[in-house]
Amino acid sequence: MRIKKNIAVSDTGFIFNPSSGDSYSVNPIGMDIVRHLNQNKEIVEIKHAIMSDYVCDDATFEKDYYDFTMMLRNYKLLEDE
Amino acid sequence: MVKKIYERPIIRPLNSGMMNKFGTRTEYLPVTHIDGVSVKSLIAQYGSPLFVFSERQMRENLRNAKRTFENRYPKVQFAWSYKTNYLNAICNVFHQEGSWAEVVSRFEYDKALHNGVPGDKILFNGPDKTDDDLRIAIKNNSPIHIDHLDELYRLTEIASEMNAKPRVAIRVNMDTGIYPMWDRFGFNYETGQAWDAINKILASGKLELVGLHTHIGTYMLTPSAYGVAAAKMADLALGIKNKLDTKIQYIDMGGGFASENTLKGSYLKGSDIVPSISDYAEVICTALLNAGFKNNDLPALFLETGRALIDNAGFLLGSVIANKRLSDGRKATILDFGVNILFTSFWYDHKISPAQEFGMHTEDTVLYGPLCMNIDVIRENITLPPLNAGDHVVVHHAGAYTVTQSMQFITLRPAIVMIDPKGETHVIKNNETLKDLEHNEKMPAYLQKFKLT
Repeated sequence: MRIKKNIAVSDTGFIFNPSSGDSYSVNPIGMDIVRHLNQNKEIVEIKHAIMSDYVCDDATFEKDYYDFTMMLRNYKLLEDE
Repeated sequence: MVKKIYERPIIRPLNSGMMNKFGTRTEYLPVTHIDGVSVKSLIAQYGSPLFVFSERQMRENLRNAKRTFENRYPKVQFAWSYKTNYLNAICNVFHQEGSWAEVVSRFEYDKALHNGVPGDKILFNGPDKTDDDLRIAIKNNSPIHIDHLDELYRLTEIASEMNAKPRVAIRVNMDTGIYPMWDRFGFNYETGQAWDAINKILASGKLELVGLHTHIGTYMLTPSAYGVAAAKMADLALGIKNKLDTKIQYIDMGGGFASENTLKGSYLKGSDIVPSISDYAEVICTALLNAGFKNNDLPALFLETGRALIDNAGFLLGSVIANKRLSDGRKATILDFGVNILFTSFWYDHKISPAQEFGMHTEDTVLYGPLCMNIDVIRENITLPPLNAGDHVVVHHAGAYTVTQSMQFITLRPAIVMIDPKGETHVIKNNETLKDLEHNEKMPAYLQKFKLT
């Protein structure tokens, strides 16, 4: 799972889709996840990275991660799999 | 390395050019303390959800309202509207500040007596007064506000039986230019019903007409309507003096002053559009003072303000149970309090603040209560920072009609706490228990046992 190549992602959490003209903002944790996805990391690695940076339990992250990536897919920001 | 505080990852579409001349709201600051007491500690000590009342705010509200009216009018008397919130501790805060009691049922009447209010300082309103209620009110010399002719005739008969002359007022309804016009209570001014009732009272010789009462509506955003009402009430009082040689002791303008809650569908927030107490005071007092009363005939001004004196003193604390995503992509958060205890969310968009620090990102969310019922929606749409399960929230302006209109439905009702001016907390009502609820239930003997196979 990774972000489409044509999607512009800024360091400050601004995302722009040039195909549709839509833009989005993500919060810092969302931005971290986007960066990890762009590095082709799997959920296990992403979870490990996030949990080493933030105070968070396994279940909470996993639940929020699936919700977040579902929204990325919903906004058509992810590569087709 | 110190770990950072976790916030749920969110992505939000940016909609430039959306119609909102005020821009994005930035009011969502965390509310971590109420009157210096931390929300976290309150929930830890008394549980969640939890109603919290600020005694300081209640006293401040009443003192401000009294000062505002007394600066403009020489004789002012507030009476605490029991139906707005009749928790005994709440009532007694207002009674300690000099408020009489305004009740609309025998249940409320008995509560006021039990709280120590002298009978002659309990204004008895409402359409439902039984013969026994009337007898008790006569015995206690309470001003009885007559709602309809049936009550007037019954009261006249009872007064004869008791050989007493009860003190009465009539409730008057009228056109004050607002819609809808409240004409279901009392006698109409324009059609002459009010005059008819007044003539009947004075002709009977069995009742002492001491006052005139009106209550033109609720959550009134138009102060000028009170000016119209006060002028019509003064016209009646002057007419009674001039034509029937009877001096009215008080004009009761009822309640209905708005609080700063935001009505559903309102484009602007309640705090931006609600008139101040001085706006109401100005029109009412001006109308009465300009009506033409001679100095000695000026009636006392009674006020039964409830909502505006307590709404901002009440808070409902709660916690996040869960977050979920709806099929249309909207975020939904389930809270541990529902419409059963926050009945007012049917007509208000209550302001709700997170009770912990958060980042700058927000998202549109639906707030649901915990009831397994589709109607249990606290806010259809609210912009909040991402809340995690276990986080706390504070509902503002939850002091009026929440406790008195709460329903025991599906779950038990929570405890209610008051914070005194020194910052000490006091339980003023324990949380409900199953035992409380089943106390009055009876089980027929033949239903006491069953066997499931």
